[in-house]
Amino acid sequence: MHEVDMTKCLVLSMQEWRQQHDPVTPQVQTVHLQVGTFTCVEPDQLVTTWRAAVRGSWLDGAELAIETVPLVGRCVLCNGTYSPDPQQAYRSPCCNQPMEEIVSGRELRIRSVDYRLPEPASPSATTAPQAPLATAAAV
Amino acid sequence: MHMPLEDTLGLNLLAANQHQAEHNREHFDAWQLLCLNVMSSPGAGKTSLLERSLAALATDLQMAVLEGDMTTQLDAERLEAVGVPVVPITTGRACHLDAAMVSGGLKLLKQRLDPASLDLLWVENVGNLVCPAEFEVGEHRKVALLSVTEGDDKPLKYPVMFREAHCVLITKTDLLPYLPVDIARIEAHIRAVNPRCAVIRVSASSGEGLAAWHGWVRDQQAAVCGPFARATSPTLVTA
Ligand SMILES: Nc1nc2c(ncn2[C@@H]2O[C@H](COP(=O)(O)OP(=O)(O)OP(=O)(O)O)[C@@H](O)[C@H]2O)c(=O)[nH]1
Ligand SMILES: [Mg+2]
Ligand SMILES: [Zn+2]
Ligand SMILES: [Zn+2]
Ligand SMILES: [Zn+2]
Repeated sequence: MHEVDMTKCLVLSMQEWRQQHDPVTPQVQTVHLQVGTFTCVEPDQLVTTWRAAVRGSWLDGAELAIETVPLVGRCVLCNGTYSPDPQQAYRSPCCNQPMEEIVSGRELRIRSVDYRLPEPASPSATTAPQAPLATAAAV
Repeated sequence: MHMPLEDTLGLNLLAANQHQAEHNREHFDAWQLLCLNVMSSPGAGKTSLLERSLAALATDLQMAVLEGDMTTQLDAERLEAVGVPVVPITTGRACHLDAAMVSGGLKLLKQRLDPASLDLLWVENVGNLVCPAEFEVGEHRKVALLSVTEGDDKPLKYPVMFREAHCVLITKTDLLPYLPVDIARIEAHIRAVNPRCAVIRVSASSGEGLAAWHGWVRDQQAAVCGPFARATSPTLVTA
C-alpha cells in the first residue's frame, strides 16, 4: 500500500502550496491530479487514502480529481507516436523499435487546485477586499 | 459569494520529497561524492553484492553505506564486517526510503566521519520493486538488481523501476545451470522497457561480472566527481 506514502507526500506538497497564501488558509475544494499509467500509482487507491489522510486537517473535504494519462511513446525511426503495449515489449508497431522516448504516461502532477479564500474577518470594514482572482503562474 | 479560484501548479505530486532530494544532492555535490541508490525486490542480492563490491573498491575509494533495512540491523552488521562505515536508516514500516529518511541518515553519518572525505555513498533501499522507483533520495544514479530466480517477466511487470535505472544487474548468475530460465529473455525484457541502461550479469558467489560492474561504478564516480565533472549541480526536478 505505497499509496499511503504517496498521499503523505502529496499532503506535504499541498502544504508547500498553502504557504503561498500565508497567513490565510485556503479552503480547498478540488485538487486536480494527472497520473500517468506508467507510474507506480493506482488512482482509485490514491483517492481512498487521500480521504483518510485529510480528515480533520485543513484539507478536510477536499476532493481529488484524477485525470489518467495514457502511456505514449515516440518511435525513434519515424518520429510517430504510438501506444506501447507490454505484450509487444513496448515496441513501436510502425517500425518495431524499442521504447526509447516516452511522450506521456510518467506524470505524477498536481495540475491545479480549486479553492476559496475565507471571507475577510472584519464585517464592518468599509473596504472589504475582494478575494484576489489572480492565478498562480505555472511552474 | 466567492468564485472558486484555480491555481495552475504543474507541481510534482511528490514535490515535497523532490525538494528534500535536491537538497540532499546539493550536499553530495558539495562533498564531491557519488551517491548510488541500490534497489531490488527482497532478497535479490543487494547486501551480498555490496559485501563483494565494498571489499573490492575499498583499495582506492572511500565509501560509506546508508542501509535501509526494514526490520533488522542484520544487513548493516554484515557490511560493517567489511570495514566500511554503515548507518542503518530506520524506516519504520515504510516500504521505501524517502529523501527525508536519507537526510536523517546523513546526520548520523556526519557524527562518525566527514562526508567530504568520501568518494562514494551507497544507499541500500528497502527490498521492493515498486515505490522506491518514484521516491528520489538525491542519488546521482539508480541501480536495480534482478536475480535470475525471479523469472524473466519482472521487468515487464515492474517496468517503472527498470525504466528509471541507469544500470540493471542480473544477479545470482551462478544459479543459471539449475534453473529453467533464459537469461537472454531477461535481458530482452529489460531492454524493452529501457533500451539505454547498462545491463551487467553478476554473481556475488562466483564473482562473475564483478569486474565489469566495478568498472561501471568507477566510470560513474569519475563522471560525477572527477576533474571533468560538471562544476554545478543540475536540478533534479523538471516537472
Ligand atoms: N547463489 C547465490 N545466492 C546469492 C547470491 N547473492 C545473494 N545470494 C543469496 O540470496 C539471499 C538474499 O541475499 P541478500 O544479499 O541478503 O539480498 P538483499 O537484496 O540484500 O535482501 P533484502 O535486503 O532483505 O531485500 C541470501 O541467502 C544470499 O546468500 C549469488 O550471487 N548467488
Ligand atoms: Mg539487504
Ligand atoms: Zn516508426
Ligand atoms: Zn542540509
Ligand atoms: Zn513504498
